[in-house]
Amino acid sequence: MMLHRLLSGDFPRSRILALALLAIVAALALAPFLFPGARALNVAATICVFVVLVASYDLLLGYTGIVSFAHTMFYGIGAYGIGLTLHSVGPTWGAVFMGLTIALLLSLALALVIGLFSLRVKAIFYAMITLAVASAFAVLASQLSDFTGGEDGRTFGVPELLRPGFRLVEAEVFGTAINGKLITYYLVFFSALALFLLLLRVVNSPFGRVLQAIRENDFRAEALGYRTVVYRTLANCLSAVVATLAGALMALWLRYAGPQTTLSFTIMMDILLIVVIGGMGTLYGAVVGAALFILAQNYLQALMKQGSDALVAVPLLANLLHPDRWLLWLGVLFVLSVYFFPTGIVGKLRNLKRS
Amino acid sequence: MSEPMLALAGVHTHIGQYHILQGVDLVVPRGELTVLLGRNGAGKTTTLRTIMGLWHASRGALLFDGNDVTRAATPDISCAGIAYVPENMGIFSDLTVRENLLLAARAGEPDTARLEWIFGFFPALKKFWNQAAGTLSGGQKQMLAIARAIVEPRKLLLVDEPTKGLAPAIIQSLITAFRELKAMETTILLVEQNFSFVKSLGDTVAVMDDGRIVHSGRMDELAEDRELQQKLLGLSLDTHQ
Amino acid sequence: MTTTTPTATADAELPRLRLDTPPLLVLPILALLALPLVGSFPTWVTLTVAGLAMGMMIFIMASGLTLVFGLMDVLNFGHGAFVSVGAFTATLVLLPMQGWMQADSVLLNLSALGLAIALAMLVTGALGWAFERIIVMPVYGQHLKQILITMGGMIVAEQMIHVVWGPDQIPLPLPTSFRGVILVGDAAVEKYRLIAVAVGLVVFAAMFLVLNRTKVGLLIRAGVENGEMVEALGYRIRRLFVGVFVAGSALAGLGGVLWGLYKETLTATMGGDIMVLVFIVIIIGGLGSVGGCFIGALLVALVANYTGFLAPKIALVSNILLMVAILLWRPQGLYPVAKR
Repeated sequence: MMLHRLLSGDFPRSRILALALLAIVAALALAPFLFPGARALNVAATICVFVVLVASYDLLLGYTGIVSFAHTMFYGIGAYGIGLTLHSVGPTWGAVFMGLTIALLLSLALALVIGLFSLRVKAIFYAMITLAVASAFAVLASQLSDFTGGEDGRTFGVPELLRPGFRLVEAEVFGTAINGKLITYYLVFFSALALFLLLLRVVNSPFGRVLQAIRENDFRAEALGYRTVVYRTLANCLSAVVATLAGALMALWLRYAGPQTTLSFTIMMDILLIVVIGGMGTLYGAVVGAALFILAQNYLQALMKQGSDALVAVPLLANLLHPDRWLLWLGVLFVLSVYFFPTGIVGKLRNLKRS
Repeated sequence: MSEPMLALAGVHTHIGQYHILQGVDLVVPRGELTVLLGRNGAGKTTTLRTIMGLWHASRGALLFDGNDVTRAATPDISCAGIAYVPENMGIFSDLTVRENLLLAARAGEPDTARLEWIFGFFPALKKFWNQAAGTLSGGQKQMLAIARAIVEPRKLLLVDEPTKGLAPAIIQSLITAFRELKAMETTILLVEQNFSFVKSLGDTVAVMDDGRIVHSGRMDELAEDRELQQKLLGLSLDTHQ
Repeated sequence: MTTTTPTATADAELPRLRLDTPPLLVLPILALLALPLVGSFPTWVTLTVAGLAMGMMIFIMASGLTLVFGLMDVLNFGHGAFVSVGAFTATLVLLPMQGWMQADSVLLNLSALGLAIALAMLVTGALGWAFERIIVMPVYGQHLKQILITMGGMIVAEQMIHVVWGPDQIPLPLPTSFRGVILVGDAAVEKYRLIAVAVGLVVFAAMFLVLNRTKVGLLIRAGVENGEMVEALGYRIRRLFVGVFVAGSALAGLGGVLWGLYKETLTATMGGDIMVLVFIVIIIGGLGSVGGCFIGALLVALVANYTGFLAPKIALVSNILLMVAILLWRPQGLYPVAKR
């Protein structure tokens, strides 16, 4: 019953999927104790943030049928909001909240303006305009180097509670130090969990159902009396706000905000890939997709390097397997999944059960 | 009676989840003007679009001039000899009157004598020959749309509600045009709601309702039989006059 | 019995063929406004020529895309890949033919360049054909999938460039006789920019003639407005579309060669980067309109060059501001295409 409320009645509807989700959540919850080591913890935190980032994007792409290329812009605004405020004001909680507020307001304003401006027209129009705006924003962030730190970005100090040097208790628990890094991780983890459950609640609310009705047939939804522009714009704003929060979490975790980690087009592509591979129009796809993707990104590339090294004698093939070319394989996978598995992993798993 | 120009047998058409045509049986005899009547939403336009292959029949068969065209693509149907004047006229507003007619003439340039014949009843087209079609008035656009369909001789002419929204004076010139076409024994399937317009033009008539043909017969019989008119067409036709 | 029944409405005099002039006037007005702001006439000439050159190149890259969209409602987000592939293909000719490129002979330079362009257009045209077959055809009429699929196709194409040509930038020096400047009065104008302007004008003129004077061109214009009716007149719009797609891809390849020589270095992402400008241009011009695309391209490039000189910080977002301004004036772009 409580689970029902927590998940807003939207169950995984597939045993394998439910087990996978449980495994992922458990692994993330216990990550500091299960996988000691800075790199592993970093992977776990990145997965948490990406689950939220991708889920908020799926609210647009999967549930509303809007293609936006500006999602990294909002993500970046969150990261820079925290980063630049903490950099200039100093490592206090006040600065964190101030940065967050500024970032949220800016995101909201931008999402509102872009939405009202271009969502009344076709999906394709919106995709082009967001692409243009996002790239202008990225250029701006890297060029206004006095303010943003340019290509180098900004490193900054965080409030004492979150610093690696801080110890909550002196003793170690299961061989893991209870330090600021651990506290930051759990801040990221629980925020991500809360945001995810919130999104789950949204897509299963009457509001979410209207969005899906609009996606299926906007003409008909309009005829039924729903102002499609209003609903789309609201979805756009909500998605932007959540992406901003994800960016803020990432910045707190990395204690750094820069164009490569937040604004780059590569991240936008990653988000698209995760949504499509995980499954459009189902938030659980974001969890499964993000976990698989980030793991692959961190560990599969090493494998490719081995393959490439082994094939060094065959010129073209070695290039194909070069770790830098992993985007090539993702691209192929992406195209194939749009064709053959438009519902992604989650859709496949659910169908498995039915047949 | 010779083999009909066009015959629809039990044609069903779905558009999305909607079942529009529910078994249409329709015969268009050679050299005659057949009128297809019916209220809004009865399936008249869908019938024409299905004949043109713009929507495909999910069941049933279409025979044109003895050939099965049920599954044929629109360009093939057009090349087989059916010309189509859609409800929205479908003229290319960015192109001139001349260019519109040029595209309709698949053999190359339109035949001069035939053009002069068309100018005879649609003089406006000659006058605005090199003008963008988008600048024409509604009636002139309709004339252009019909001219485009007849600029080369075709076996069958499909015309969808040509009088819709036009002034009586223009309707008069359309009547002239159809009389000319009838004089040349052109086979025509004309969709209309305006009964008074087609009363004198039609040879045969079919009435549609809810995706089916509910009546077919000679036009002169229907024109005389007020009672049948009342029953088939109701009052809705009078409001369109 | 030809009874003519002249009617009141049929005989009413029509306005003359309306030529929509305000968008045409924007360009000269913009250039004239910039003159006092820039202050110096020679600098203004240099900036204007630079803007025109850049605009022509963007037009060459964008024209195919806007027609493809107009004709079949297909927006190819992977169009930029053809730009990159075109530029990289040119190196297959230009780098081995360094001798001809470096020779101090216009003829040899031109032959090398002509060969490179021909090969680039051939390859991108063929690639466009394959792209249409494999990537675009299965997703006709599904915008969401189109955007995703063509984007994916672009990633794959960019990565394949890396696989074939390696991960590094490739320098692409200009042929000897195209380097340097010509002095027009006090104004220094780079030779290559003049060449780019000339090529752009030729492409525009050729396209204009094809679209207005040939039956295929008329069919393309008619198809942009109402593809269904073109089919009902007995023409296969798909064939027309494939032709336009291939031609548009080849033009993107040509644009890529010109753009690569302009920047003198090639990166695999150069096409993707320029796509942002291309999208702005076709939005400004009106989706599907070649004339609008031409004016939009020149407008975007001129504004970029003027603001780059006057206020470099604003220049970064000048395109967005320009787009917003144009869309506030004409929400469907400068030359909206009449749609069924």
